[in-house]
Amino acid sequence: MKLTRRELLLSSGALATSALFPPLAWAHAAAGQPRKGGVLNVHVASEQRILNPSLRASTGVYIVTSKIIESLVDLDDAGRVVPQLATAWESSKDGKTITFKLREGVKWHDGKPFTSADVQYNALELWKKHLNFSTALQLNLQAVDTPDAHTAVFRYSRPIPLDLLLRALADLGYVVPRHVFEGTNVLENPANNAPIGTGPYRFVQYERGQYIIVERNPDYWRKGEPHLDRIVWRFITDKTAATAALESGQVQLSAYSQLALSDIDRLGKNPDFVVTPKGSEANQFNNTLEFNFRRKEIADVRVRRALAHAINVPFFIENFLYGQGRPATGLIPSVSKSFYPADSKVPYAYDKARAEALLDEAGYKRNARGERFALKLVPINNGEDVPLFATFIQQSLAQIGIKVEITNFDYAASLAAVYKTHDFDIATGWHQYRGDPAVSTTVWLRSGSPAGAPWTNQYGWQSDKVDKLIDDAASEVDPAKRRALYAELVREVNEQFPIWFATERDFYSVVSKKVQNSHNVARWPSSSWHDTWLSA
Amino acid sequence: MRFLTLAGRRLAAALPALLIILAGLFLLLQLAPGDTVDALVAQIGGADATVIEELRRHYALDRSASSRLLDYLWRLVHLDLGESAIYGKPVIDVIVERIPPTLLLMGSALALAFGFGMVLGIVAALRVNRWPDTLISTLGLVFYATPSFWFGLMGIFVFAVYLGWLPAGGYGTIASGLAGWAHIADIAWHLTLPVVTLALIFLAIYLRIMRASMLEVSTLDFVRTARAKGLPESRVVTRHVLRNALLPMVTLIGLQTGTMLGGSVVVECVFALPGLGRLAYESVMQRDLNTLLGVVFISALLVIAINFIVDLLYARLDPRINATH
Repeated sequence: MKLTRRELLLSSGALATSALFPPLAWAHAAAGQPRKGGVLNVHVASEQRILNPSLRASTGVYIVTSKIIESLVDLDDAGRVVPQLATAWESSKDGKTITFKLREGVKWHDGKPFTSADVQYNALELWKKHLNFSTALQLNLQAVDTPDAHTAVFRYSRPIPLDLLLRALADLGYVVPRHVFEGTNVLENPANNAPIGTGPYRFVQYERGQYIIVERNPDYWRKGEPHLDRIVWRFITDKTAATAALESGQVQLSAYSQLALSDIDRLGKNPDFVVTPKGSEANQFNNTLEFNFRRKEIADVRVRRALAHAINVPFFIENFLYGQGRPATGLIPSVSKSFYPADSKVPYAYDKARAEALLDEAGYKRNARGERFALKLVPINNGEDVPLFATFIQQSLAQIGIKVEITNFDYAASLAAVYKTHDFDIATGWHQYRGDPAVSTTVWLRSGSPAGAPWTNQYGWQSDKVDKLIDDAASEVDPAKRRALYAELVREVNEQFPIWFATERDFYSVVSKKVQNSHNVARWPSSSWHDTWLSA
Repeated sequence: MRFLTLAGRRLAAALPALLIILAGLFLLLQLAPGDTVDALVAQIGGADATVIEELRRHYALDRSASSRLLDYLWRLVHLDLGESAIYGKPVIDVIVERIPPTLLLMGSALALAFGFGMVLGIVAALRVNRWPDTLISTLGLVFYATPSFWFGLMGIFVFAVYLGWLPAGGYGTIASGLAGWAHIADIAWHLTLPVVTLALIFLAIYLRIMRASMLEVSTLDFVRTARAKGLPESRVVTRHVLRNALLPMVTLIGLQTGTMLGGSVVVECVFALPGLGRLAYESVMQRDLNTLLGVVFISALLVIAINFIVDLLYARLDPRINATH
């Protein structure tokens, strides 16, 4: 194996880091006795329109509201589902009835008790009707029965895999109080901007464009917790200014890779901070190359494979992403232990000669000027790496005789161009994997999505086999069979190649070493921070 | 009373222009691909078709552009700026919250730029082509040529990160519970870097204009007359040259209000200030039409008001100009 200097530096750096902070030891050893008090200041890059996780599923919403509002279940450090507001669960044999036991003695911040009626209302009125991603997940939810105040029975018209439901509920199972929302226009309810929940922190103040403050909930159901007096989120749009805020001590945490790649790399060497992908494993993302099958050249699988062969992904990761990523092997990332197919490998590795041969074979020979054809590339600007990857694609494809013209839009406009008007030949952006392929990954492949739904199959491509695999897996209750179906899906998609996930990336957190018990669960930035404390 | 009629007449004259700007902007934003629901869905990482459709209905985007434009103009007649899509409350409330930081930032930056620009311009003009002039002019050129975000970030690195003297951003200490003078001092402390950043660029312009205009006026006949009749140099400069040289400076204030609002977009983003500029930026990114049109409307009123004050100042500086004509 050939190691470049950067890889060597990176791996030795990683060794040094893990020697200094073995993942768990770092979370607990420094700990000792949790110290009461203190204010944790957190950087947030963009302001959300509403702060209600049972109406809006987004890390930007969770990073604030999950401290105030709790979901039925959460994840532990290994990404396994653990109880939160639900204490136990059970699926019927046919997979159509899921029974949740709810925690007793839990109170809303306004003093009223939390009961199964709240869960019933959230599931039927919010999760099924309004919450993005959840509307598809709960599509077959028919009723929620409440035999007593602490039991909720979910009834589905089709079997739903318990693992899928539970994993999804960590993100899509936040419960807001029924007595506040019932009978109102839920989208305009004032509690959307002054949230009321059962969580360890109570909402205090929201100054638009500036900050959000929460304070310790003295009646929290986990006795003796939380430890912090307050948490303050500050809105800082400029990435460099956010880094300065960290370095000057104004904020102690920036999660979900909201800083510049170069700053994340640089802060990794700063002894005051820990820079880590740990604690964010529940969310992964890929740099994509999306194909528009309405272009005849693109519709030829040899051309699509040639494009992938022409792009040196390891080089891109090493030189543009500061080594923050891995080449992807398919639509399921390698950290997704429950679904990652064992025998995965990069489907179309960098091989320029092979790319040229494939294009010749497809009948697109170079003309007198050495060009084969031209493509219009639309970058979907999720992050600063997207324009970089677009340029990298442009230059890589120029070498095999394909002229790429990059059409730049802002975020909203690029989404409209790709997923609504289909005004592109190839596009590049991010795909986000949320723990289970059925949550937000298979929609990229399933046919039948109407135009205008971003991050869905808008490519003019359809495969009966893939559609069937997706539908079968979504209602397969046997975990082993489900895993096999997804392995088959990965194989089939790599073969037909309707879309390319080029890289596999982690979200990085930058956190001050004063913050204890941080990043100790798989979705820590989106968890409740009930055990987090600040050392003096 | 005459003052009020004058103000009313100015406003009436500006109304058609304002209407054209608002309608034009509305249509321009219709041409921009992607609407506020696209922006929202982008922000929350995706949603399926039924959710998207419902959101479009919620934001009344299922209606035609012309009916929404007419609706908007009709509401404007009633002085109703509509609801903000990002903040879910009346645009006027959102804007009123954002005006003080911007006014404070612009006002202080303008005063700083004007004051220092004037003094440095006078010094440069009095020592024309000698070393103070060369130094001041070069500095002015450097300030003018440097982008404000760079100044801002360098300021943050030197004074906030490295020296730790000033805060890196924000508008006052969060939940400090300060009141009275302590509160004012806290805001001043937070605004120091942003104000200086914004002022530096405009300082350069004022400096150049002041210098040129001083040099020009000092060659005029009445200055020679003043000198000839034996007035001391200081009196010649303050009473005769300066007062006349100030006219173009005052003109510039009026002209630059608009530019300064633009400059405050960058400065407010870098320093995380909750001002009008950042609001405008966010409403463009989020395709929040009502808020953006509201910001434009209020900014236009602001520019009109400041230009009106400038006109009054003119009359004061030069009695030959009568504000009523």
